Amino acid sequence: MKGTSKAAPYIFIGPTLLLLAVFSLLPILVAVYISLTDMDLAGLADYSNIKFIGLKNYADVLGDPVFLVALRNTLFYVVIGVPLVIICSLGVALMINFGRNRAFKVFRVVYYLPSVTNVVAVAVVWSYLYNPGVGLFNYILTSLGFDKVPWLTDPTIAKLSLILLALWRGIGLNMIIFIAALQGISRSYYEAAQLDGASNWQQLTRITIPMLRYAIVFVSITTMIGWLQFFEEPFVMTQGGPLNGTVSASLFIYQNGFQFSNFGYAAAGSFVLFFIIIAVTLLQLRLQRKQAEE
Amino acid sequence: MSKQARTAQSSASKSDRVQKWIIGLILTVFGVAMILPFLWMILSSFKTEAEIKQIPPTLWPETFTFDSFQKLFTEMDFTTYLVNTLLITLFSFVGLLLNAMAGFGFAKYRFKGRDKLFLLVLATMMIPGQVTMIPVYLILNSMHLTNTMLGIVLPGFISAFGIFLFRQFMSALPDEILEATRLDGAGEYGMFLRIVLPMSKPILAVQAILTFISGWNSFLWPLIIANDEKLYTLSVGLQLLKGQHGTDYALQMAGAAFMVVPIMIIFVFFQKHIIENYNISGMK
Repeated sequence: MKGTSKAAPYIFIGPTLLLLAVFSLLPILVAVYISLTDMDLAGLADYSNIKFIGLKNYADVLGDPVFLVALRNTLFYVVIGVPLVIICSLGVALMINFGRNRAFKVFRVVYYLPSVTNVVAVAVVWSYLYNPGVGLFNYILTSLGFDKVPWLTDPTIAKLSLILLALWRGIGLNMIIFIAALQGISRSYYEAAQLDGASNWQQLTRITIPMLRYAIVFVSITTMIGWLQFFEEPFVMTQGGPLNGTVSASLFIYQNGFQFSNFGYAAAGSFVLFFIIIAVTLLQLRLQRKQAEE
Repeated sequence: MSKQARTAQSSASKSDRVQKWIIGLILTVFGVAMILPFLWMILSSFKTEAEIKQIPPTLWPETFTFDSFQKLFTEMDFTTYLVNTLLITLFSFVGLLLNAMAGFGFAKYRFKGRDKLFLLVLATMMIPGQVTMIPVYLILNSMHLTNTMLGIVLPGFISAFGIFLFRQFMSALPDEILEATRLDGAGEYGMFLRIVLPMSKPILAVQAILTFISGWNSFLWPLIIANDEKLYTLSVGLQLLKGQHGTDYALQMAGAAFMVVPIMIIFVFFQKHIIENYNISGMK
């Protein structure tokens, strides 16, 4: 049947392609160009003020102590956050799937709920929970006989507090992906295993986890990419403080771009982050392929 | 079945039931922890300013008050923020229609360069937001669209993943029906509006709910583009409130509840569609 009118398909996809060209493809070229210039507010006002400075921005940003701190913080977020999110969402998905009845479906809603709520609203609520004086968390800790925790004022603890918040927001989506994958596993495997007298634990480790391999690969790659771009939590909760303790690479780029108006410098930083993301993703794919071959 | 096997089976189902109860208990405990911030937010939003700073804190408000919600509209300009948020949400449905059109174009026509163009669309998903954020701002600035509603909504119109889902769904529509419609003399565009869209209701419903949620929640782009408080959305206004009334937690909780509760209701109501979206996308 395929298409009688010649123009029709182009009219259907035209507006989309135009918007993608202007807001996804052209920006890459613009970003490459301005990363090689000293584009700032003066350049924004009058393009003749823009000077070509070659790779200076890249050299500067790689020597910028704040950027290096931001990269180190990002590594901290990724190393702790990514495994936590995967383990927790997989664990919740397995438990919900184990129930296989109506009551357990309610849990899907409960655990997914934080994912659909607005980050600013969530940040407002969690800032209150984390408040050292009147916050609920410290009240619970002191009434249980523990010391108060400086949730957002100690550089290391602040990072962990942001990870806790991101974990709470991030479990839902991955959990849904795992549940969808779990429901795709044929019941006949389990029936056969039960006939052979396999315990629930054996069924989990010998059937379920191996069958989930693709879902786990997918979730770990997307989660890794997401956490390398960790941005919203430090942006709305701490603005990168205390003492740059929570600033992430993405937040560094945003601050240099939109708060200090160093557009060229920020663009150079964004490409450094982009290359890191590509390198980590390729490395992960290769490791997983190797594992699959073994 | 021998007697022995039967007792083995009944004891297995008994231990199964015990395991189910234990797992249900664990899920409940952590589930309460997941809900706790929302619960605390809603309860606190009805407390008085004095009560909210009380140590030890009260769980249930001693005196129920709507003062904080009232203040959102008298001391802050939440009416404007709400109108802007609804406008942005409304506009983003134009984007939804464009995505549906593109999905149909890629699904049911054969034309030169189709597969390459579709790959290009998918490839845009890989570009991180940090790289495009600054140049998109500069491009909008050169088009004189900063500080305008159009500048806020335009960059978010297209969702490559949305196009992918529409294409997946529409590829499965039977060609015979489209052909019959053409034989009846309908034009391509009339056919799209009267036949294709109604047949795509399931995917449209999911995408519409997700479009509404992301429009309602939109934060970063309005923050970057809007200099004028007249263009602020609810989330930008809430960020402003957090800065201006840093210690008035009752007011902050009222603002947060005002943003979150409508989405919670919509989500609980439509959760089946949203959750099943991930089965449509073929993530198995």
